[in-house]
Amino acid sequence: MTRYSAWSLLRAGLSGQRTWTPAWRDAKPKKSYEAVIIGGGGHGLATAYYLASKHGLRDIAVLERGWIGGGNTGRNTTVIRSNYFFPESTRFYDFSLSLYEDLSRELNYNIMFSRRGMWSFAHDRHGVEMLRRSANAMRLNGADAEYHEADEVFRRIPGLNPSPRFPILAGLLQPRGGTARHDAVAWGYARAADSLGVDIIQNCEVTGFDIRDGRIRGLETSLGDIAVERVGLAVAGHSSVMAARAGFRLPIVSYALQAFVSEPMKPVLDTVVLAPSTGTYLSQSDKGEIVVGSALDLFPSYAQRGSLPVLEHTAAGLIDLFPHFSRVRLLRQWAGIVDVVQDSTPILGESPVKGLYLNCGWGTGGFKAIPGGGFCFAHNIATGEAHPLAAAFSLDRFRTGALIDEAAASGIAH
Amino acid sequence: MLLIDCPWCGPRAESEFRCGGESPIVRPADPAATDDTTWADYMFFRDNVKGLGFERWHHRYGCGLWFNIARDTVSHRILAVYGITDPRPALEGEA
Ligand SMILES: [Zn+2]
Repeated sequence: MTRYSAWSLLRAGLSGQRTWTPAWRDAKPKKSYEAVIIGGGGHGLATAYYLASKHGLRDIAVLERGWIGGGNTGRNTTVIRSNYFFPESTRFYDFSLSLYEDLSRELNYNIMFSRRGMWSFAHDRHGVEMLRRSANAMRLNGADAEYHEADEVFRRIPGLNPSPRFPILAGLLQPRGGTARHDAVAWGYARAADSLGVDIIQNCEVTGFDIRDGRIRGLETSLGDIAVERVGLAVAGHSSVMAARAGFRLPIVSYALQAFVSEPMKPVLDTVVLAPSTGTYLSQSDKGEIVVGSALDLFPSYAQRGSLPVLEHTAAGLIDLFPHFSRVRLLRQWAGIVDVVQDSTPILGESPVKGLYLNCGWGTGGFKAIPGGGFCFAHNIATGEAHPLAAAFSLDRFRTGALIDEAAASGIAH
Repeated sequence: MLLIDCPWCGPRAESEFRCGGESPIVRPADPAATDDTTWADYMFFRDNVKGLGFERWHHRYGCGLWFNIARDTVSHRILAVYGITDPRPALEGEA
């Protein structure tokens, strides 16, 4: 593997940049592996990378039905934050954020992490109280948070509508929040995992599980059977489909979450903004596009496309916040299938089948959790024990009642 | 955009309705005597099928009626609309 650096770029430039080799091998499946990760999105690739780099496993494959990063990893709005309410959530997401901060160096791959800060607004008295409560909770749990009155919000975000339909009374800023290049996260982890010997196998669908005495023994795939006794499932919106093939159900409902980008513009917005009144959130990509999203299409869906009412709602929310975007044209629209759990807290850990581990339930916020999710999931698969940061995210919480109800507590779109 | 045929009002736009999730879900008869696993299964666990699914909908910004539909969760095609207490109807192509 060529190590990327200013020097390697310069050297390749001497021969017209024609000497670059593929960033990872196009592997074919072997008959058996020590561990297999199903799902070549950010979480699956990160898990494989940490299994290899932190736990010394080398005999690993990542199986992806389509192409890597082609699911939700390539379909999200790239926001990274840890503005949660409960200690378990903030600790975990803040750890994930801290891994993001150093990820370009660790992977030797520029993921274009931009610590541009993220704002959430309050639109009424109760919203202001919620925002203060959020800021206090975040600080108590060790995350960075700043509460600002409206004057400061408008001073820091030029162009924000001074008299929107839902007035902006205050803002909560997480300065360490930001965005990253989503494809680069998948590619960076893939390249780093590959260089440690992980087989990344695309166009390989897992069609069945070989389960004997409640324990996983192997996988049936479109490219043949694989004997393996440790399997991680990281397939987001398709978790229920794979669980059904393994003979159990999950507390998950799959929804389509849409996102939109505008035509590119000169730099105009240097932060991430979320308005809870309409659920609209937006940022400007390095290419200059406004990247915007809002609510789920609120009925179960496995179609990677969205409905028009959400498009209309999102456009209305965008223009209400920034009226001068009213004549900007949307360039593309798409949807990802997200795995929504009742308490908006992930499921990370054991499944009813021994040796088969679950990484799912990220809902609408899986991207920011990629490094932390992969790190903790790898720990679980390698050691058989939950990582302390993810121990509260067990599937068993639905039986014991120890839910972590971020859906109600943090008052932000998940 | 879904066009949903409300049994009372007729075909109306998706934005008038709210999806109430999978149907039917049967509450255990004696909650006090139900073990935690069964109760969790009733409360939280879902089939969440890819393909033909059955779900209840509410005509929230219309007549207020709850009813069931059979819908493909990939194509979004609605194959049947039936009453909230009615059994699942036989669908074309089904055995
Ligand atoms: Zn009606």
